This record gives sequence, C-alpha cells and structure tokens, in this order.
Amino acid sequence: MTVIEVSNLKKAYGELDVLKGISLRVNKNDVVAIIGPSGSGKSTMLRSLVLLEEIDEGSICISDAHLVKDGVYSKPQEIKTITAKMGMVFQHFNLFPHLTVKENLEIAPKMAKKESLKLIQQRSGELLEKVGLTNWANAYPAKLSGGQKQRVAIARALMMEPEILLFDEPTSALDPELTGEVLQVMKDLAQEKMTMIVVTHEMGFAREVATEAIFMDNGEVIESGEPTQLFTNPQNERTKAFLKRSLK
Amino acid sequence: MSLEYIITLLKPMLEGAQVTVLLFLIAIVVSIPLGFLLTLAARSSIKVIAWFAQGYIYVMRGTPLLLQLLFICFGLPMLPVVGEYLVLDRFVAACLGFILNYAAYFAEIFRGGLLSIDKGQYEASKVLGMGKWQTLTRIIIPQMFRVALPALANESVTLVKDTALLYAVAVPELLHFAQTAVNRDFTILPFFLAAIIYLLMTLVLSLFFKFLERKFKFE
Repeated sequence: MTVIEVSNLKKAYGELDVLKGISLRVNKNDVVAIIGPSGSGKSTMLRSLVLLEEIDEGSICISDAHLVKDGVYSKPQEIKTITAKMGMVFQHFNLFPHLTVKENLEIAPKMAKKESLKLIQQRSGELLEKVGLTNWANAYPAKLSGGQKQRVAIARALMMEPEILLFDEPTSALDPELTGEVLQVMKDLAQEKMTMIVVTHEMGFAREVATEAIFMDNGEVIESGEPTQLFTNPQNERTKAFLKRSLK
Repeated sequence: MSLEYIITLLKPMLEGAQVTVLLFLIAIVVSIPLGFLLTLAARSSIKVIAWFAQGYIYVMRGTPLLLQLLFICFGLPMLPVVGEYLVLDRFVAACLGFILNYAAYFAEIFRGGLLSIDKGQYEASKVLGMGKWQTLTRIIIPQMFRVALPALANESVTLVKDTALLYAVAVPELLHFAQTAVNRDFTILPFFLAAIIYLLMTLVLSLFFKFLERKFKFE
C-alpha cells in the first residue's frame, strides 16, 4: 500500500535548482533511507512533505490525499489534516528549552485538545519508557546529552501518533559515541513496522535497517533499490563514487 | 541635626515617593504589553502597520523623554481647535508620556529577544500541529521573555530614575520635596535622603528581577 507518492517535484531558490523533478514512492511499513552528498536536496525534499518548504512544481500525495497537485496546494484545512499524519525529527532536535522533557512531549497533544489529559499523560509515560528516559521526565533539555535530546524528540513526535515518521539527519549533530542510542530507538521503531523516511549519513543504518535506499545527487534521484543491492552493486557511476567516498 | 528633623523631612519625601512608585507601576504594567504589541506590529507583513510601528519607535527613541513630557503637558493644549480638549491632569499626562516612551524601548528589547529564537522552534511547533497563536503564546513568548529579562531589568531601573523628570512638569514627587526642603532649610541632607530612597527602590527592583531570572533559568 502506497502511503507517500511524490511525483516530479521541482523547486528553485532563485537561479539555483535544488529539486529537479523528484519522484518516489513509499509503501506502508517501509523504512526508506535517503543518502547523498550535502546539497543534494535530500533535506529539502523531506521538509517539503510537511510543508516546511514550498515546492514550485509537482505533486505530493499522502495516503491518497493530495498535499499539492501539479504545483497547486490544497486548502489549509486539508493540508493540516494531511501533514498531521507525519511526525518529524530534526537534526538539531528543536526541543522546547523552556519546558521539561514531559512538558515537551505533552504540549502539542494538549493544544490539539482531542484527548483527555489522563490519556496524554499515560502515553507520555509509555513513550519515555520506550526511549529509556523515564527518570528524566522532569528535567529541562539543557541537562540532557545530545543523544538523550534526540530520543526525547523522537518520543515527542510519536506523541501525535503519526502514521509516518520523517528523520532529517537525526544523528548528524551527535558525538559519534551517542549515535548508537538514537539508532537503536529507530531500529525498534522499524521493527514495530513504523513507516519511516530517514535522510542520513549513517550508511550502516541504511544498509542494516532500511527496506529501500535512495541515492540523491544534485537535486535528482540517481538510483534507488533494495539497500544491499544498492550498496554492494551500485549501477550508476555517481552512486559508486559517493559510496566509495562514504564507506572508506 | 536631630532624628526628629530627619523624620519631618522624610514625611513629605515618602509621600512623594508614593507618586514615584505609582507612576513606575502604571508605566511598566502598561508599557511592557504595549511594547510587545509594537514589536509584533513592526514585524507585521502588512507594510503600513510595520512602517507605522517602526516610525513610532524611531520618533520615541530619537527624541528626549523630557521633550515628550513637556509636549504632552504644555504642547497639546496649545494645538488649534482640539487643544482645549487635551488639557490633561498633570499626573495622567506624565503617565501617558512614560507609557508611550517606554513602550518604544521595550519594543526594541523584545525585538532582540525574538531574534534570538531559533527558527527550529517555529518548525517543530508547526510540524507538531500547533497553530500560530499557540506557538506564539506557549513557545515563543516564554523564551523571548527569558532572553529579554536582563535588558528589561536594566530598563526598569532607568524608569525608576526617570520618574524624577516629573519635577520638570511640576508633579510633586520624591525629588520635588527634596529640592523644596533644600531651598527652605539650606541643607543638602534631603538630597542624600532622596538618593537613599531611590537606591532602596532600585535595590528592591533589581532583587525582584534576579529572582525572576533564577525562576526562569530552565535548568
């Protein structure tokens, strides 16, 4: 079942074309790793799915509802419903520094006011346990390590019960020894069949956990396929060159 | 120089200090929210509103507070046609002057606070489905307030001392009574007493802001 269908996505910043007609498809329960050099448009593509970037041309369809069709965006109310199906984890965590860990998790569901406080608190308790931070519920983000912050950010995204979770270089701002704990949480999510799109430089993770890998360069999808295939037997010269550099 | 004499000096000065404190409280309670609205207006995407707010801030910060006070107290009534309706009670006029002036300074302080907030905060709020108003009130303002606190404290101390400008528009406050006593008794003692009273007021204020800074440390 297709949950995300992106077709012919184009975007330019002035003279600079950052996305030159991207098309991709994500099925339910897929873990898609998007790899590629800096400036290849990976993050821009990911961010356009939740409307942190506006695209110029093309279509984005999430669970059979068009966020944007042939460059024309849907009505604000529909957009809200569509983007609510996705959660996002950022490179720099973007936790709310003036709120405790628990408050960071609970603020958005509370604002949405669709559920009782009791349900929200129960879920935040469960999610903190899931990411191993129960003891840090009342700490402010300033007291946490980078890895802990990112785990809180993942829990916070999960609080909104998204169908799809987007990760924008979730480990790139972390010290190398802290990436493991974050990747472990992501592996757990993959095992629970969460649909995920992960923009990453972690080739090990992409290879081990992803069900599909997409290589982007210079605003285009160059090659995509089953990760083992793509990593061991890349077809395109640019993919080969990139993998050679990254796997050194 | 008996204690009795000091007490007779202090009595009117403390009454004057009440006026000082009252003006301070009115000015700060009204000008802080007004300043915040001005900050938002200056960033508005509606150009006319943004220009008006920026122009207002420029004029208020670019001219002396004393000039503004004199203008409100003595200038407004001299305007043709409408002037006769603009004769305000001196204290009310003074409050108005301080509010209008300080709002512009607070607006600049809040602007600095807003600039310090990372765009990731807006992005995270948006992706979590929070509305613009919710993001502003629950995420942005608390952080902006925290960043602005030291500058707010500084400006508030200045406000306490600026209340002495009331002397120029003949509203009897602390400095007025001190000066009267100096002239009458030919002694500089009232000046020292006035200084001590100002210092006590600014001390209390500084301690209050220190307390706020500790409370909103988020650690």
